[in-house]
Amino acid sequence: MRDWASKHRWESLLLVVLLATILVNVSLSPFYLGFGNFVNLFWLSIEKVIVVVVMTFVIINGEIDLSVASVMGFSAAVTATLYDGGQVPFALAIVIGITAGAIAGLLQGLVITRFGLPSLVVTLAGLIGFRGAARVLLEDRSVGDFPEWFESIGQRTLVGPFPVALILFFVGLALAWVILERSAFGRKVYVIGNSADVARFSGIEVGSVKLRLFIASGTVAGLAGILFAARVGAVQGTLGETYELDIITMVLLGGVSIFGGSGSMLGVVLALFTVLNIRNGLGLANIDGITQTGVIGLLLIGSVLVPNLAQKYRLRRPRAEAVAHGPP
Amino acid sequence: MTESAAAEVAPNSGRFLRPERVKEATLLGIIALSVVVFAFLIDGYLSGRFFNRVTTSVVIVTLLAAAQALVIFSRNIDLSVGSMVGVAAYLTGDFLAATGQGPIVAMLVAMVVGAVLGSVNGLLVAFGGVPAIIVTLGTLALFRTLLSIYSEGANVLAGDLPPWVLEFNNVTLFTIAGFDVRLVFVMAVLVVLALQFALARLRWGRRIYAIGSNPAAAVQTGLPTASLIFWSFVGSGALAGLAGFMFMARAGTISATAGAGLELESVAAAVVGGVSILGGSGTMVGAFLGAIFIDTLKLSLVRVPEVSEFWRDAFLGILILAAVILDTLLRNRFNRRWSAEARKAMESTGRTAVGMARAAGGGGTADA
Repeated sequence: MRDWASKHRWESLLLVVLLATILVNVSLSPFYLGFGNFVNLFWLSIEKVIVVVVMTFVIINGEIDLSVASVMGFSAAVTATLYDGGQVPFALAIVIGITAGAIAGLLQGLVITRFGLPSLVVTLAGLIGFRGAARVLLEDRSVGDFPEWFESIGQRTLVGPFPVALILFFVGLALAWVILERSAFGRKVYVIGNSADVARFSGIEVGSVKLRLFIASGTVAGLAGILFAARVGAVQGTLGETYELDIITMVLLGGVSIFGGSGSMLGVVLALFTVLNIRNGLGLANIDGITQTGVIGLLLIGSVLVPNLAQKYRLRRPRAEAVAHGPP
Repeated sequence: MTESAAAEVAPNSGRFLRPERVKEATLLGIIALSVVVFAFLIDGYLSGRFFNRVTTSVVIVTLLAAAQALVIFSRNIDLSVGSMVGVAAYLTGDFLAATGQGPIVAMLVAMVVGAVLGSVNGLLVAFGGVPAIIVTLGTLALFRTLLSIYSEGANVLAGDLPPWVLEFNNVTLFTIAGFDVRLVFVMAVLVVLALQFALARLRWGRRIYAIGSNPAAAVQTGLPTASLIFWSFVGSGALAGLAGFMFMARAGTISATAGAGLELESVAAAVVGGVSILGGSGTMVGAFLGAIFIDTLKLSLVRVPEVSEFWRDAFLGILILAAVILDTLLRNRFNRRWSAEARKAMESTGRTAVGMARAAGGGGTADA
């Protein structure tokens, strides 16, 4: 146990914070540990948590995707527009909407890999542009009245007591875990994040890996937009606005280096649980959304600052210390 | 190496067509072109009224683009500018409602508020060793939270402010043929020019660029990188504070969400203006032109009858992308030409020229 803790310092820290949060929350409300609350925890932010998983890949790869929230809005807007016209069956509209998200990711990925532009800049343009496209499609309208099966997609149980959205998330998470930490592709993602030059000289097709990640990011963001629409039962041009900051915060809090090359799925999952539980607990204590975001901002800074300072004061002791957070 | 020696060896300093100049000229050309296009599309576009509207509206984005560029030059970023604008605008408005002070005191208050917030960012980045994007992502939320707690949901109302506040934006220094030159615009221009001078000519400014183009080398040369970065964040905060003052003067009524979203607009303006997100290159004048371009587009597109107002952001995204791609292509072309020139010089002359060409080639790559 101690061995694990010294190897996974970040994850241990998060685990402590998470347990403390859960303890406080349990003392706040007796319903906290109920199964219903657990399901709610995920369902109420399903659109964020699935994007967090794919964003982990993108950031470990040394890139960033600021456009995810806008692509969410764009995909949902495409689906809603097609459905609202009445010409297209709803299931097909969903497929086209998610495809639109994939194309959005493809376009940005192409610009990033072909022109060698920083992803921060390209996806910032994407953030503005795809939000604009969503507004073009929907203008000021709000499209609702979706089929009944769609609006209940999240709550309806599929296997035993587990609802569809939850199963979707955990299956996706398991898949992502295996790909990132147990497959050749995942290895390449880490190597490119550490040094794109080294990766290139090692014969890794850097551009193709990056392109695939951006397509994945767009596709998952599209799916997230659709799930969001199912949850709230209506689509507006502003759907998901500013979610990108929340999503990136969760990934970074999970110990993924913003410079790429290190981080683990375990850390991100713990960070995700922590953030959801803190928000849930603060909600139980009647603390508003803006303050909740502030607490998470504080946690984000503290989680990097405290280990940094601790290391600074320990520096006198001569000890070679590896600071890698990635899997061994 | 002393500054003057550095200037003598700097390979591109003697050239008339430096990449920054070319970028600025290109952007100026694009702005002129878009104005001509809009003049054809919109009746009565080239009027004094529109000029006045753009020059007053661009002030806030200009100051924020400058704030952003200041930290981007040293390979950092400040995502908290929007929240700093909100806090500075609200606190200054609150202060004015209580005391009824004049504009100079109010501006100072706003800038001090901004500088204090900026120093929080600076401390954490420069001395805490936390990456700027993490710090400012955190303070983006944190500053907003503190403001929302402080305000308790109440707004600063325009009616409570001293009467000069709502007149401030319309103060006109002089008028040429219906084109008013407003005080706020002149102030923004002066700020940009002062920063441009400081960054291009003062030791402090050159060091900021040095950190941005190679942080590790800057440390090894013995530059006080931590304190330089700290002060650039303080400066960035003060500029955001000044933008907060302008925001208050324009809006009058200020809620706790004032200025939200401006952080991305400021990054967009700086990037369109040719400021490299990787640090070490770009100019304040460029960032200013980027701000003008974005603001002109935003204000013009809504007036084109064929285009619904909802097209604005979609266009803006495409144009930002186009500007950045153009910038990259242009820069690659220049680098190629210069390295070809250096090679030619190396072939035609003797050994001393080889050394010079090497210096030129090295400078060219450092510029990229």
